[in-house]
Amino acid sequence: MPNAQSLKMHSDPLVIAGRSFASRLIVGTGKYASHAVMADAHRASGADMVTVAVRRVNLTDRTQESLLDYIDQERMFILPNTAGCYTADDAVRTARLAREVGLSNWVKLEVIGDERTLFPDNIALLEATRTLVRDGFIVLPYTNDDPVICKKLEDAGAAAVMPLGAPIGSGLGIQNVNNIRIIRDQSRVPVIVDAGVGTASDAAVAMELGADGVLMNTAIALAQDPVTMAAAMKLAVEAGRLAWKAGRIPRRAYGSASSPLDGMIVAGAGAGRPGV
Amino acid sequence: MTIRVNGEPLEIDGPVSITALLAHLRIDPRRVAVEHNLTVVKRPLYDATSVSEGDEIEIVNFVGGGTSRAMGYGRWALGAEATVVQSGKS
Repeated sequence: MPNAQSLKMHSDPLVIAGRSFASRLIVGTGKYASHAVMADAHRASGADMVTVAVRRVNLTDRTQESLLDYIDQERMFILPNTAGCYTADDAVRTARLAREVGLSNWVKLEVIGDERTLFPDNIALLEATRTLVRDGFIVLPYTNDDPVICKKLEDAGAAAVMPLGAPIGSGLGIQNVNNIRIIRDQSRVPVIVDAGVGTASDAAVAMELGADGVLMNTAIALAQDPVTMAAAMKLAVEAGRLAWKAGRIPRRAYGSASSPLDGMIVAGAGAGRPGV
Repeated sequence: MTIRVNGEPLEIDGPVSITALLAHLRIDPRRVAVEHNLTVVKRPLYDATSVSEGDEIEIVNFVGGGTSRAMGYGRWALGAEATVVQSGKS
């Protein structure tokens, strides 16, 4: 039996496309009250991969601080995303620009299909995945929690699949527990639950289902205390991972005594129960 | 000449190279990516790429964003579709 110390020391990296990450928590950079709070939250999260969006440089106000000044690139791997893209063409175009910034040829591929739910357009997503894989990108597609599309994305060359737990920013937690479990069972690439986490227990649930990692932004950035929530998420992801590796007990409908029945000071099962 | 940079018209003496255009706009080339008439320009080609009358230039960088929208930066999103994004509720 490993003791707590050996568990801590035991390395259990998340490996995507041959690259190892010490943390299974991936964080975002949006919605923070300030860049400084974001940097503190990133540190508390223990994450070593962070996702960033691609946008036009503000030409009228050149005094804006650069986001990159607040990301410790010694520790953090940059994962550009195509957030806000509604067509395969726009997502591919955005990914190519992101790569040209020169920090990463990885992309968290998003092609949104519906403005209200922010659910992905799976058809366009698959098309963009094929194009970018051909183009030499490491593609991590944000997808629906649908095992069939996840399989197709994997077959198209995705380096990981990133099914949503619930709509982006909703904080509803893992809505389709069974699908996440099926996606984990069938996938040969890492499964990262991306979006929907509201609080620490949601992240733990994702990991207990066998997810290889969790990506979240809003749950940390918009918490009342983002830095403390980031620390909570770190522990939740670690706890969920350990619970998954440990193997939970089966669920049962009725009680099962933990203490031996032999040697009781009263005789027989159910002794003293009224009506027996 | 008039070109369009990030969707806005810009008057500049031309033709100019991408390097000169970035210098004119006081943008550090190391942290941005540039698209010239819908084609990404590799950094080593900034000097050799000539921008002429009517050309469309996009200059982008990384901003805060987790999933789906980059908060507070929505109006700088690429393309017409992005306008839809910022009108949505967060």
